Amino acid sequence: MKLKNKQPVKADTNVRSTEKIKKKSRKGSFRQTLKSDGAFPYLCLLPSLIGVLIFFIIPFCVIIYYSMVDNPINREFVFLQNYINIVKNTAFRRAALNTLTFSLSSVPLAVVLSLLLAMLLDCKIPFVSQFRTSFLCPMMVPVASVVLIWQVIFHYNGALNDFLANFGVDKIDWLKSTKGQVVIVALFLWKNLGYNMILFLSALNNIPKDTIEVATLEGASAFYKFFRIKLRYLSPTILFVTVLSLINSFKVFREVYLLTGDYPYDSLYMLQHFMNNTFRNIDYQKLSSAAILMAIVMIAIIGALFIAENKFGEDVEG
Amino acid sequence: MIKSKTAVPAKKRRVSLSKRGQKILMGVLTVFAAAAALIFLLPTILTMANSFMSASEINANYGAIFAKTEEGGKTFISEKINLKFIPDMVSFSQYYTVLFKSPDYLFKFWNSVILVVPIVIFQLAVASLAAYAFARLKGRLKEIIFFVYVVVMLMPYQVTLVPNYLVSDWLGILNTRWAIILPGIFTPFAVFLLSKIMRRIPFSLIEAAKLDGAGELQIFLHICMPLCKSSLFSVAILVFIDYWNMVEQPLILLSDTSLYPLSVFLSQINTGEIGLAFAVATIYMIPTLLMFLYGEDYLVEGIAYSGGIKG
Repeated sequence: MKLKNKQPVKADTNVRSTEKIKKKSRKGSFRQTLKSDGAFPYLCLLPSLIGVLIFFIIPFCVIIYYSMVDNPINREFVFLQNYINIVKNTAFRRAALNTLTFSLSSVPLAVVLSLLLAMLLDCKIPFVSQFRTSFLCPMMVPVASVVLIWQVIFHYNGALNDFLANFGVDKIDWLKSTKGQVVIVALFLWKNLGYNMILFLSALNNIPKDTIEVATLEGASAFYKFFRIKLRYLSPTILFVTVLSLINSFKVFREVYLLTGDYPYDSLYMLQHFMNNTFRNIDYQKLSSAAILMAIVMIAIIGALFIAENKFGEDVEG
Repeated sequence: MIKSKTAVPAKKRRVSLSKRGQKILMGVLTVFAAAAALIFLLPTILTMANSFMSASEINANYGAIFAKTEEGGKTFISEKINLKFIPDMVSFSQYYTVLFKSPDYLFKFWNSVILVVPIVIFQLAVASLAAYAFARLKGRLKEIIFFVYVVVMLMPYQVTLVPNYLVSDWLGILNTRWAIILPGIFTPFAVFLLSKIMRRIPFSLIEAAKLDGAGELQIFLHICMPLCKSSLFSVAILVFIDYWNMVEQPLILLSDTSLYPLSVFLSQINTGEIGLAFAVATIYMIPTLLMFLYGEDYLVEGIAYSGGIKG
C-alpha cells in the first residue's frame, strides 16, 4: 500500500518533490503517515529495487516459464518434462554428485577448523594480530594469482610428491585422479578459513565476560566452560558459518577452472562446468530447469537458516 | 538462563594448571599458530619470490611441470622441480617485459579495473540509499523485500547467471562490459551489510535532528553517511575483492576474449611465458594486498557485521 504513495514523485527532482509532499502532507490523513516517515526512504529504495527487479527477479520469473515449455519459439507447455530430462542427464548428475561430495566434505572441516583457529587466537598467545593477518591473507589474494604455485605444488612432478617421496609415498597425480577433490578441499579451506575465523572471533568477544568469570570462580573446568557455555553462545554463529561455507562451496568452480580448465578430471566436474558447457549451445530449457532446481535447494537451505536463527537467537538471549 | 546452569558441582572442581604448565601450553600453541600461519602465507610469498627470477631460472626450476604441454619438450629442462624462496639472482627482467614489452597483460589489467571500479562505486551508492530505506522503514512489506534481497544475495552464480544472461540478451548488452557491470551494481550484498550497520544508529539522534528541522535528505547526508564512513570502506573492500576475483561472469557473459579481465586471462597464459606469469600474478595482487595492509581493521569489522542473516 505504502509503496504506491511514492509513485507520483519523480526521482529526478528528489529534494524539491519531497518537500512538496511534506507541505501537502499536513492536510490529508494518509499523508500523516508520510509525514512521520516521509517519502524519502521510499525514494531511496527505488533505484536498488528497480535494478534488482530488472536484473534478477523478472528474468528469474521468465526462466521459471522457460523451464516449463518445450522451446522458446514453439512454447508448448510441457510442465515437468524439462526437469525430468535434466535429472536424467548424466553430466548434470555427475556435476551435482561431485558438488555435493565436495560440499559435504569441505563444510564440516571449514566450520571446525575455523573455530579452532579463532579459539587459538582467543587464548592470549603472543603475536595475535600478526597471526590474524596471516590467516586472513589468502582471502585477499586473487585466486588467479596463486594458481601457478598450486600447480607447482600439486603437479605429478610437483613439490608435494617430492616431499611425500621422503616418506616413501608413491607419486600421486593429484589433479588428474580421484584425489582431485582433496586438493580442492585444501584450497577451499586455505581461502575461506580466515573469513569464518573472524566471524567466530567476534562471536567469542560477545560472550558476556561475567558468565565466564562466574563459571571460573565456581571452579568450572576449561572443558566444561567450552562445551556448556561458549558453545551455546556460539551456536547461532556456527549455524551461520555452516550456511556461509555451504554457499561458498558452490563457488569453488573458480579454483577448479583456473587449475584445470573447461574439461577437468571426472571427479572435479562441478555444476558450474555443466552450466558453462550448456551456455555454449544456449539450451534455455536445460539452463533454466537446472538453475531452478538449484534455486529451490538454496531457498530450502536459506529458509532453514532463517527459522533456525530465530530459534537459536531466542535461546541465547532468553 | 545460561547463568543459572553454570553452577558446577563441587566434585567437578579442578585445580587450575600450574603457572609453568600454562607457560608450556602457551608455547606449544604459539608454535602451532606459527606453523599454520606459515602454510597460509606460503603460496603468496612463493609467487612473489618467483616473480623476481629470470626466465631461465624459472624454466630450470619448474620446467618439468609447465613444459609438458609443449610439443617436443626441450632438453635442458630438469626432471625434478625446485621450489625456491630466494632467487639465485634477483632479476626485474620479468617486470620489465610485462610493463614495457608485452602490453597484452596491461590491457587485461585495465580490463579488470574498468569492470571492478564502477561496480564498487555504484553498488555502494545505490546500496547506501537502499540501506537507509531499510533502516528507516517499518512494516511487513519491507521485511518481505529484505528477505528477497537476502535470497538473491545468497544465490550461487549457477543460478543468477541465467537471469543475467537473459536480461543482457534482451538489452543487447551481451558481450559488452555492461553485461557484467550492471548486474554487479545491483547485487544486494552491500545493501544487506549496510542496512545492518545503519540500523545501529540510535533513533534518538534522528529524532533530535528532526526536532532541529532537518529533512530526511539532510538526515541521510549529514548524520547517516558520516557515521557510516568506516563501514562504507569495509564494505567497499569486501565488494572489491569479490569482483577482482571474478571468473564465472566473464566466461559466460563475454565471448570476446579481449574483454576478459586478468583474473580469467592469467590461467590462459601460454606455457612459454611462465616466468612472466609470476610477475603478472604479483602485479595483480598488489591492489588487494595494499587494501589489506591499510584496511585490515575495516575488513575485520565488515566481516564481523556480515554474521547472521537477519537484519
